[in-house]
Amino acid sequence: MTKTQPSIPILMAEDDDGDRFFARKAAEKNAIPNPLVVVQNGEELLDYLHGRGKFDQGRASTAPPCFILLDLNMPRMDGREALRLVKSDERFKKIPVVILTTSKAEEDIANCYQMGANSYITKPVDFDGLVEVFRSLKAYWLETVDLPIP
Amino acid sequence: MPTVNENCPILMAEDDQDDLLLVKKAIEKNKIPNPLVAVADGEQMLDYLYRRGRYSRVAAVRPCLILLDLNMPRMDGREALRVLKGDERLKRIPVVILTTSLSPEDLEASYAVGANSYIRKPSSFNELAATIGSLRQYWLEIVQLPPNKGSDDHDR
Repeated sequence: MTKTQPSIPILMAEDDDGDRFFARKAAEKNAIPNPLVVVQNGEELLDYLHGRGKFDQGRASTAPPCFILLDLNMPRMDGREALRLVKSDERFKKIPVVILTTSKAEEDIANCYQMGANSYITKPVDFDGLVEVFRSLKAYWLETVDLPIP
Repeated sequence: MPTVNENCPILMAEDDQDDLLLVKKAIEKNKIPNPLVAVADGEQMLDYLYRRGRYSRVAAVRPCLILLDLNMPRMDGREALRVLKGDERLKRIPVVILTTSLSPEDLEASYAVGANSYIRKPSSFNELAATIGSLRQYWLEIVQLPPNKGSDDHDR
């Protein structure tokens, strides 16, 4: 039983279209009820949060996400920069950010936590592993933890 | 799945002895191998992390996870969290708030200050055991914890 309203979106930034596809499939396999909003880089992530650029819907603002899944290596604005901006903005800093990246570099792990990432997960190489990660994300962030409701 | 991060201590700050006992039982029930270091308030927690006061002569090993109650005497969890997340040497340690508080302000403020997660303590033991099980699975099996080396030198 999820603790969070199923209408609240999960925001994901992932530049690789194959990985985007697999992420959606992994979320579906776990019957995650929340809509997965996927953007392609850090700039789009910020645009979504601010409700600007391609996410400017006039009077209606974008639905704030219950948490963010953030890849690190993306063009235009990478995850590290996006993380820094999200966690230094009074409006967005309380949104949990889970880094989801292929990088296993200790430096990346240390720096992301240092910059305020709520957790860091290394993307598994296979689809079954990814399904397991999404199962954990659902069990932890949607069913165990209390989220700052936007 | 075996626990990957099993040697690093879990630091728990909780002033209520009954609640502490329940969490210990829940930890045992989930067969969490990590040593548990229990402190009774925010001051003691910082003493442990800074290796001062009663911990000045102990080789206090940096915890990989902190479970932090909010309502404690002397220094409460809100203040301790601010100190922790404001310290460059300590802010990377994941902190899970584990509290009876139902206040939405506490929830929002904790995340805003940098708490990694916030959990309202469930009322039944079985639910608590399930919560601790979920914490184990997430933090000790799935997540990459911050590396423990480098800025460990916090002699004060």
